[in-house]
Amino acid sequence: MENTFIPVGMEVVYKKPQTLTDTPMHYCPGCGHGVIHKILMEVIDEMGIQSETIGVAPVGCSVFAYDYMNVDMQEAAHGRASAVATGVKRVRPDKFVYSYQGDGDLAAIGTGETIHTVNRGENILMLFVNNGIYGMTGGQMAPTSLLGMKTSTSPFGREASTMGYPLKITELVAQLPGAYYVTRQSVHTTANVRKLKKAIEASFRYQKEKKGTCFIEVVSNCPSGWKMTPIEANEWLEKNMFPYYPLGDLKAPK
Amino acid sequence: MIRGTIVVAQDICKACELCIAACPQDCLELSPNLNIKGYHYVQLKNDTCTGCVNCAIVCPDSAITVYRQAKKPKAA
Repeated sequence: MENTFIPVGMEVVYKKPQTLTDTPMHYCPGCGHGVIHKILMEVIDEMGIQSETIGVAPVGCSVFAYDYMNVDMQEAAHGRASAVATGVKRVRPDKFVYSYQGDGDLAAIGTGETIHTVNRGENILMLFVNNGIYGMTGGQMAPTSLLGMKTSTSPFGREASTMGYPLKITELVAQLPGAYYVTRQSVHTTANVRKLKKAIEASFRYQKEKKGTCFIEVVSNCPSGWKMTPIEANEWLEKNMFPYYPLGDLKAPK
Repeated sequence: MIRGTIVVAQDICKACELCIAACPQDCLELSPNLNIKGYHYVQLKNDTCTGCVNCAIVCPDSAITVYRQAKKPKAA
């Protein structure tokens, strides 16, 4: 929504990027998706590549990403965003292509597509939002849910003996020769948001130089699914998610 | 002197309070009034805002626009 009120004698230092549409977001209060959308669009705005960018939206909470991002978008079947992005990039190799997926999409149903896309070294950016839960369908256990985490399908906490261990898909992907830049970031504080912005900027730069797949994991929150307030969720994230999913570059070009 | 200020798009604020936690000057609060969705939207409670943009960066709904006092041209 455009603000028409401008304080006298003041200059704008921060406003919503014009690549983000005015549609109010459907996300729950405090959801990390909104921040990630905004930062991604800010980078596209600042690099001036709005008309040259094609995004692929996933299935999950961010299924309506095409309503909010004012770039060319394509919706993919569940888990297949990276496969669709491969096709888009091969037909239009001059465009900047990114896929945007959650953990149920990228790490559960789309594991095969993810691993093979990175293994082929497709020149795309894969954004992976990891909040350790299936948020859209009602907080079921995801492959990335932590041990002992209570979800609606693991009401007594996740147990390794019957439900396995949390999947570190980013570490798996970093082993593949096709991956050029693999990093893990978060959006819970201002400093981390700025780091994520730098990582996205670098990824688009590498994509232009045709270096290989860039993979960015964003450790995010799910206040509704975790049944916490947004501030509690961010504290929980710092205390529980970061020891298992440490932030930083897993594979960075020298 | 007021160094900075913010304008909140009241109808899209969802009262997640992340901006209140991110504000180093502690100058944000929830309004006693409700917006069209039924949330107590965020408002400035005093004029200590410096225009540091921390609140706007962490806002998931991009509801905050930040203004800062225009720099005076240096005296010759």
